Amino acid sequence: MAQRWLLPALLLVGFGLAFAIPEYNLLNKYVQLVMMYVGINIILTVSLNLVNGYMGEFSLAHAGFMAVGAYTAALLTQKVLPVAAYPGLFPLAVLAGGLMAAVLGLIVAVPSFKVRGDYLAIITLAFLMIVKSVIENIDTIGGPRGIPGIKKLTTLPWVFFWTVFSIWVVRNFVYSKYGRGVLSIREDEIASDLMSVNTRRVKFLAFMVSSFFAGIAGALFAHLLQFISPRVFDIIKTTDVLIMVYLGGIASIGGSILGATVYTVLLELLRPSTVAAMLAWLPAVVFDPLNEYFIRHLGVWRMVIMPLLLVLVMLYWPRGIMGLREFRWFIPKRDLEAHHRQPAHGGNHGVAHGH
Amino acid sequence: MALLTATRVRHYFGGLCAVSDFNLDLQPGELVGIIGPNGAGKTTVFNLITGVYRASEGSIRLRDTELVGKTPHQITALRVGRTFQNIRLFRDLSVLDNVRIAHYAQVRYSPLEALLHLGRYRQEEQRIIENSRRLLSIFKLEHLAGEIAKNLPYGSQRRLEIARALAIGPELLLLDEPAAGMNPNEIDQLMEFIQWIRREFQLTILLIEHQMKLVMGICERIKVLDFGETLAEGPPEAIQNDPKVLEAYLGEEPVG
Amino acid sequence: MSEGIVYWLQQTLNALQLGSIYALIALGYTMVYGILTMINFAHGDVFMIGAFFCFLAAVYLGLPFAPTLLLTMLGAALLGVAIERLAYKPLRHAPRVSAIITALGVGIFLENFTLALAPYPKNIPALLENITWDLGGVSLSSLQVIIILLSLGLMFVLDYVVHRTPVGMAMRAISWDKTFVPLMGVPLDLIISITFAIGAGLAGAAGTMYALAYPVIDPYMGIMVGWKAFISAVVGGIGNIRGAMIGAFILGGVEIMVTAFFPSTYRDFVAFTLLMLLILVRPYGILGKPRTQKV
Repeated sequence: MAQRWLLPALLLVGFGLAFAIPEYNLLNKYVQLVMMYVGINIILTVSLNLVNGYMGEFSLAHAGFMAVGAYTAALLTQKVLPVAAYPGLFPLAVLAGGLMAAVLGLIVAVPSFKVRGDYLAIITLAFLMIVKSVIENIDTIGGPRGIPGIKKLTTLPWVFFWTVFSIWVVRNFVYSKYGRGVLSIREDEIASDLMSVNTRRVKFLAFMVSSFFAGIAGALFAHLLQFISPRVFDIIKTTDVLIMVYLGGIASIGGSILGATVYTVLLELLRPSTVAAMLAWLPAVVFDPLNEYFIRHLGVWRMVIMPLLLVLVMLYWPRGIMGLREFRWFIPKRDLEAHHRQPAHGGNHGVAHGH
Repeated sequence: MALLTATRVRHYFGGLCAVSDFNLDLQPGELVGIIGPNGAGKTTVFNLITGVYRASEGSIRLRDTELVGKTPHQITALRVGRTFQNIRLFRDLSVLDNVRIAHYAQVRYSPLEALLHLGRYRQEEQRIIENSRRLLSIFKLEHLAGEIAKNLPYGSQRRLEIARALAIGPELLLLDEPAAGMNPNEIDQLMEFIQWIRREFQLTILLIEHQMKLVMGICERIKVLDFGETLAEGPPEAIQNDPKVLEAYLGEEPVG
Repeated sequence: MSEGIVYWLQQTLNALQLGSIYALIALGYTMVYGILTMINFAHGDVFMIGAFFCFLAAVYLGLPFAPTLLLTMLGAALLGVAIERLAYKPLRHAPRVSAIITALGVGIFLENFTLALAPYPKNIPALLENITWDLGGVSLSSLQVIIILLSLGLMFVLDYVVHRTPVGMAMRAISWDKTFVPLMGVPLDLIISITFAIGAGLAGAAGTMYALAYPVIDPYMGIMVGWKAFISAVVGGIGNIRGAMIGAFILGGVEIMVTAFFPSTYRDFVAFTLLMLLILVRPYGILGKPRTQKV
């Protein structure tokens, strides 16, 4: 099959571009920035999908894990690691952020042994609020004022690397016995336990992987925005990620990538400056009134349009764009063949039922 | 030596005694049936054996291992498989995945190997795919491997549930009303089938059933429960003629 | 009276005021959950819209308190019904989480729509003459009395409606079973609409009272208050109306007491830690009943 070399080749080209774009300014700075946000949002979405989509819980804690990763990494690059002299130390800080978040993920996993559904949702919400409140009350890390002046260490190649890595790891996890355990917990936890799945271990792992990548994303985010404060990681941030997860579709890596990309890019496209730039070719007679009455006001109205779009998507596509389905390329060949050794039934149109 | 021994098992729901003084002695290779009216505590016995409930009193041993206090997945990993009264498949997952999931305890690779798809991952995955497909083909479900479980017809869902229970690699198989919703013709096939898998997989089977035809036809020993108490125990002929059983159970529902 | 007792009484009074507002909103969460097992995350924003309705009625129509309150409740009730009909009803048979995400979307829409029309926080004029009495050191304002008594009154009315009238019986029946109860002649859609209308109407009342007590309102005010009210509903046992009231007063009490003894920045920390512990000890809330899963 052509796919065997296609994927590595695409990755190589992607990496090449990720280095070349900032080096030779192939795209303007703004587009580069948006690309990095897309990458970070993909990491957040794919990782949250593990708990909310594959496992079927409703975690609201993602922004909390993100905050832990962001603060850990930012404090390391600000105060501990000599990144100015050795920029190569930055990945260590990011990794530390991820690990710290993973440790906290383990703590959040414990209540999930006992509590499920809406009650677990509340516990994760409480966790998020506690993290925020703790940060606000520690003055040495800036308290409510946050940390300003973080070095801009997040670059396009790093975002590209971590995005690919998170997708790869989450995909590997999903197509392993632990990932199938996660799915079986969503379907029927008692039956899962009775089919020998160690549900506690599986939950530990799922929360750990999920929060690890939330921490990574937080670390990258901090060194891109160059400023963090507890307010950056509030419930609204979690809501953003939730929207991307369910817009793209639950239990789907391809869906998460789509959801994060569509949502992020659309929000940027609706910016007045972007729309004005895109329509600048119009003659002034048309453009000026358009700008006067419509484009200039988009700054406020785009946040009205976006949730409306979300509601419309949900009404016509209740499972999201790719709910419970997966692009063929994310499914290991072994799994695909095992499912379809016999002639496949029904049209698949390049999209296969993953599970 | 007995495979499964239950001694003076009691279970209370709140103040209600759902099972009282339940004793069972299951020899390897036996096929034993549990019958009794609705609410007699039959399924509760299964739930006690598999660890869904923890027995309030008494002991349940699998050979030398005490099961009371163990979690369901620990007990299942000791090779105790079961099916459910109302089918409990993983409805939104594929037929193949339903069977693969039940291999969890037998798959030997670490979380790290799983996350990076390294080491034993490949060969173990290959092994359970082969085993799953083998089981599916025995149950004539192989062509449906990629189908979503909830889309299968009822009979196939029943078969899939048994296939999934066998994927655990059980020594002891607990079947909870396997003939529910089947017509007499299908019951005949099921009877043959149960006996066949028993030989093929060298199983000890404990089953709950309302269909007297099946119970009387294949069980070597029958245990009658009523209101959580054991009313009678013995070979089918003895049970059929036991006045106590006739009065409490068969009396209201003639032998089918 | 000794200073200690005065202090306690004062804080209790404050807790009652905060608790009544939480309770009015929590009721909407719990009623909708009881009937549809759906978390209506837009509900906090209906509360916010209620506060803005109050602003419109008081400033643009120049109405006094009583008509303002009634108009606000009516407006919020209509909004609640409209949201249900347009956004939730089509999803009644979709996966539960689709409705939850839709509700989040509706909430964000309401926030930003309001923001687009009202970019700056608004000041609510004093609709009631506020008299403060001094009762042996405890200061009691007429506004506090009105908020607490009015909320309690509305709660009693609701409790009566739910437990003593045919509509209430239909609501309870539908929350018990949505498949067969409609077959017995209970109009499902109508009852669901009534539930949303009552819940949203109470949130509107809460919005008015909140606006009177804390007279600067902004489009994002519903987020945190909404979450707190939702937490109250969960603490009390979600789906349980009396539980929601109890939960709200507990949360109000905890928040006020924490602020009384710790720096105010610890309020959320202590409140949420307590919440977490409570759910771990009693996952089904104070008045909720554990749902046993049949195997």
